[in-house]
Amino acid sequence: MSEEYVIQMNGITKVYPNGVVANQDVEFNVRKGEIHALMGENGAGKSTLMKMLFGLEQPTSGEIKVNGEVVNLSSPTVAISKGIGMVHQHFMLVPSLTVAENMVLGMVPTTSGFLIDGKKAVEITEEYSKKFNLPVDANARVADIPVGMKQKVEILKALVRGAKILILDEPTAVLTTQETTELFHELKNLKNQGYTLIFISHKLNEIMEITDRMTILRGGRSMGVYNTSEVDEEKISRLMVGRDVVLTVEKEKAAPSDTVLKVRDLEYVNEWGKKMLNKVSFNVRKGEILGIAGVEGNGQKELVDMLFGFNTPNAGTIEVNGEQTLGMNQHQLRERHVSLVPEDRMLYGIAADGSIEENILSDRCADPRFNKGILFDMNAIHEESDRLIKDYTVLCKSRDQKVGMLSGGNIQKVVVAREFSNSPQLIIADQPTRGIDVGATEFIRKKLVELSRSGIAVLLVSADLNEVMELSDSLIIMCGGEISAYFEDTSELSDEMMGRYMLGIAHQTPEEIRRVCHE
Amino acid sequence: MVTIFTTDFFFSIFRIATPILFATLAAVIGEKGGVSNIGLEGIMMISALFGSLTAYWTQSWFIGLLIALIVGCGVALLMGFFAFNLKTDIILTGTAVNMIGSGGTLFLVKVITQATEGKSLASTTSLITKSLQIPSWNIPLISSIPVLGKVISGHSILTYLAFLLVWLTWVLLYRTPLGLNIRSVGENPNAASSVGVSVLKIRYITIAITGVLAGFGGAYMSMYYAMGWSLDMVAGRGFIALAAQAMGAGEPLGSMFAALIFGFAQALGIKISAMGVDSNLVAPIPYIVTIISLVIFAVVQRNNEKKRHSAEALQK
Repeated sequence: MSEEYVIQMNGITKVYPNGVVANQDVEFNVRKGEIHALMGENGAGKSTLMKMLFGLEQPTSGEIKVNGEVVNLSSPTVAISKGIGMVHQHFMLVPSLTVAENMVLGMVPTTSGFLIDGKKAVEITEEYSKKFNLPVDANARVADIPVGMKQKVEILKALVRGAKILILDEPTAVLTTQETTELFHELKNLKNQGYTLIFISHKLNEIMEITDRMTILRGGRSMGVYNTSEVDEEKISRLMVGRDVVLTVEKEKAAPSDTVLKVRDLEYVNEWGKKMLNKVSFNVRKGEILGIAGVEGNGQKELVDMLFGFNTPNAGTIEVNGEQTLGMNQHQLRERHVSLVPEDRMLYGIAADGSIEENILSDRCADPRFNKGILFDMNAIHEESDRLIKDYTVLCKSRDQKVGMLSGGNIQKVVVAREFSNSPQLIIADQPTRGIDVGATEFIRKKLVELSRSGIAVLLVSADLNEVMELSDSLIIMCGGEISAYFEDTSELSDEMMGRYMLGIAHQTPEEIRRVCHE
Repeated sequence: MVTIFTTDFFFSIFRIATPILFATLAAVIGEKGGVSNIGLEGIMMISALFGSLTAYWTQSWFIGLLIALIVGCGVALLMGFFAFNLKTDIILTGTAVNMIGSGGTLFLVKVITQATEGKSLASTTSLITKSLQIPSWNIPLISSIPVLGKVISGHSILTYLAFLLVWLTWVLLYRTPLGLNIRSVGENPNAASSVGVSVLKIRYITIAITGVLAGFGGAYMSMYYAMGWSLDMVAGRGFIALAAQAMGAGEPLGSMFAALIFGFAQALGIKISAMGVDSNLVAPIPYIVTIISLVIFAVVQRNNEKKRHSAEALQK
């Protein structure tokens, strides 16, 4: 039956020079014309396996067959020549070049062998764009086109090079809900034309929606191949993390008390004259999680920037425990027990080249507990960082390991360990579980609930609907820089209802919204 | 004022701007390819030395020029080897080349002339005679036009080549597959390599081109402009070129105008000091112009960006 497989990876083992075993005896077989999911937590070995299939890495042992023929994929060029294309998570595009130029890069059509045939490049682009129903603007510079179109260019780039098998590395991570729907439509279209797709993701609902079969990896080993129609989400998560992930976080009813964060009439016009925040007012009280939902780009980022002193509003006030905090820097805010789990963990959350220990305690190096005279008390520091690593189950070799070397989930655990352990009174959690594995997600969500129930005020900003709905006690929705709705109780909410407020189809009355101020 | 802005003065702008222009084009191509060659100054010095020595030995300006180009290319490739293969920092590598270009060339010229001439010379000015000068060209017809003819005719053939190269550089970068590869490698090497473009090869080609262009500049300095090599004769032109590249927003045409502005500033300095003003007061003029123009450039660019952003915001 091996003829039906276009890809056969047999007994693949990959050991990196530093001794890390990324894949161990993995079997990965893909049938012609199917959409095959490759699933697993961060660090399960999905990327490594796909890098080997695309010639970016070579297996330590095992063999790869393409269309039944044993191949040595020594470079991406070889993989491309075998009909394998990859759509990278971080687009491999040159921003200042046009779409057409990006399409033909490395195989440029010329007139008289010397000058670029720009017309031909545009023709090729438009031909493929039409053929596969992936509309792109051939003459636009890549820097000027939206993310969704960039992804289409990436797919077309692979197709124009003759790819019959497409590897899509977390293609929806950067897309809006609408773009995702569009992408799925296009992928099904490709499938119907006989193309084979390998879909890497850890979003269960997407996998269920679009794939035919799936291979699940855990800790570098294959956990088997399944027909999507025959498994449910519970089973997949059990296979992925080896235990039942409780995707619904248990929480007691909130008993909010005093107001910690008080935001009134916040307004902000950005440097290009666009009003990003319009009269935003709300309170966050002790013991509750207030969620902020909304399509990204509707003022959430600006709001968080204002709250944590990265930017100043044009009007409005921000108070923490009754004290005006507008104009305070991050250090002053931290002294007032405000913590931030930033959206961009690599930029604001950690210093990638620093050790776990340095990162996990970086906000408290002046703390007398960790100092002896003018020098650090290294014993106290080691003790505390080991404790945090253990409490927050950061998977690492030692506290001296570079944070940047950890997987996304573990990096986030380091951030969270720091932000949650410095006796916060207000935690601002901005996309706290974005792009991390199920296990770490569950851990962080549980921790947030636990902290709020112990009397901490939590402001949760998230584009993940499940997350805001599960965790929040009450919820505001932002749309166009305004609060478009406030729900005191999230249990009664449906996706459709939220969608209407998020997209600006519905809008509550000012009185209804004003309730979030608890006055 | 009239006595300053004579035809001679405008003629001298082009004469002075030529070596800066060569180096500027090198900087333009280097920046596009993501290969910041800050060693242009040093390469010009080394090329200038070997060009003039070879011209003297062979008694041929042409072979001298050729050797200057080959040496420039060779030094650049060596920089590439250090930076790309041995992974040294390219800025430090460029700094090293600049230091060799200053101290190392003086050492070399002394050793070499000791061996060949029997006495060690500190410069090659005594060796380069009028017959070894890179020829000038009186453009037929144009040279007879009053005023204009005197300004644009009668320059070294390299001056005309330099301006021709502005256009050729643009064609190379924007109209050839090689140029597309250079730009893509400069902007996103991962994207380039993911479609089978050899990043290493393109980087070597890029830096080799910068070396050849700097070689032209060096040859022009020692075999036309100054008639012989002497210590630190390039006098910062390699660095001014980097500023001109930035001022021209990395584009060939814009950078050419920036190079001309520097040529103008230097010509002005020379003219003023010839009028009896203390040369110590005049010497900083080109550098002051550099700073002022960079500031103006930065302000203009920021305003443009603001305009573009607000235009974009309006469209949304």
